[in-house]
Amino acid sequence: MRRVVVTGMGMVSPLASGVGATWDRLVEGRSGAGTITRFDASHLATTYACEVPFEGEGAFDPDAVMDPKDRRRVDDFILYGVAAADEALEDAGWTDPSDEGKLRTGVMIGSGIGGLNSIADTAVLIKEKGPRRVSPFFIPGALINLVSGQVGIRHGFKGPNHAVVTACSTGAHAIGDAARLIALDDADVMVAGGAESPISEIGIAGFNACKALSTKRGDAPETASRPWDADRDGFVMGEGAGVVVLEEYEHAKARGATIHAEVVGYGLSGDAYHITAPPPDHEGAERAMRAALKRAGISGERIGYVNAHGTSTMADTIELDAVERVCGSDLVMSSTKSSIGHLLGAAGAVEAIFCVRTLRTGIAPPTLNLENGPDTKVNLCARRAVEGDFEYALSNSFGFGGTNASLVLKRV
Amino acid sequence: MSDTAERVKKIVVEHLNVEEDKVTKEASFIDDLGADSLDTVELVMAFEEEFGIEIPDDAAETIQTVGDAVGFIDKQK
Repeated sequence: MRRVVVTGMGMVSPLASGVGATWDRLVEGRSGAGTITRFDASHLATTYACEVPFEGEGAFDPDAVMDPKDRRRVDDFILYGVAAADEALEDAGWTDPSDEGKLRTGVMIGSGIGGLNSIADTAVLIKEKGPRRVSPFFIPGALINLVSGQVGIRHGFKGPNHAVVTACSTGAHAIGDAARLIALDDADVMVAGGAESPISEIGIAGFNACKALSTKRGDAPETASRPWDADRDGFVMGEGAGVVVLEEYEHAKARGATIHAEVVGYGLSGDAYHITAPPPDHEGAERAMRAALKRAGISGERIGYVNAHGTSTMADTIELDAVERVCGSDLVMSSTKSSIGHLLGAAGAVEAIFCVRTLRTGIAPPTLNLENGPDTKVNLCARRAVEGDFEYALSNSFGFGGTNASLVLKRV
Repeated sequence: MSDTAERVKKIVVEHLNVEEDKVTKEASFIDDLGADSLDTVELVMAFEEEFGIEIPDDAAETIQTVGDAVGFIDKQK
């Protein structure tokens, strides 16, 4: 099988626009959480989330991505995905390949829910004004695979054009599946990741109904996402996108690209248990991790850093147990969802990028708000970043429906 | 220029992101102003909204140019 490396990274996160600005804030221990500003959420059980900043330092500038006319025609998850892809391609130096290069470049950017807002708004519009008022851009602006479609059209990439939909493991599955397409010679370059924009009345109300969101910390939203902490009460919703440029190793070397890391392992599994909950032993997670390690050809003890799924729900400690069974306890593990919230379909991609930064900088980002943790020898980076020499990192992502993905990344 | 023509022009400029002076009476939405089939659907919806009229699908198909639109709208009023 051909080797696959990461040569470009881009993201739009609740901390900032861009990988560099997000990373700096992440390791400083900043939180992206706050009272919801996009709409009046005061009547909902949860009134806070991690919104992408549109103002202030590190703000995301939508005008730099699409003009207002085009922006009206796409849901925000597409806007974020296109922006993250632009940054990743710029970083990779792959913005203007040859015609042959474009034929060998594909896109696989997924989303957990896609254009939820557009669908909700259009449903209200039909009710109020009738079906003739539905925009011709509603469907192409809401479909999940239209991030991949838009990125393909924008950059002329004519290779595989695909989209993953596996709830909160979408981003990890997209990177893993895209890497396989390269390994199997279906493409030389893949633009892969996830995008999500679920912060809306219907999104919050829906996850509230599942009892999945934190509800207790409206007075101090930045303390609400607290993975592994005894007082955690649910996840904090985030939004944004993470996109990587994956490339066949020799292809990257031949053009002198900067290689950020290698994707050495990818494992998938299903729980066959429950629509929203993992089994008490999360043996599905264990099997996904073991499968990824088998691909990587290493034992679990070689993993230096784990970016946990760690959503700040009851499942956190179940994941920790599974990680300890697979990797032992001499390792560093953190949940960056403590800082940026849960980006659902974008989470796995954003967190894989954090893993790459950890491998390259030797800094494991902190788990914010972890005050009363579980009894474990694993270093959970409670409230501060941890330095170390990390050769291998593992990133876990689990989704509703009982879907699991693990990625193993290696410093190159 | 009639009031209808002015309002049609404004809508076309806004929706298709084109220069005002390109929006002549003879200009074809698709051939001259860069619209695709989805843009023309949206334009017709914008005309309906602006002028408080209904443009049935078979009539919409006959509206190819800026002048066609102005003519159709004036007949409805």
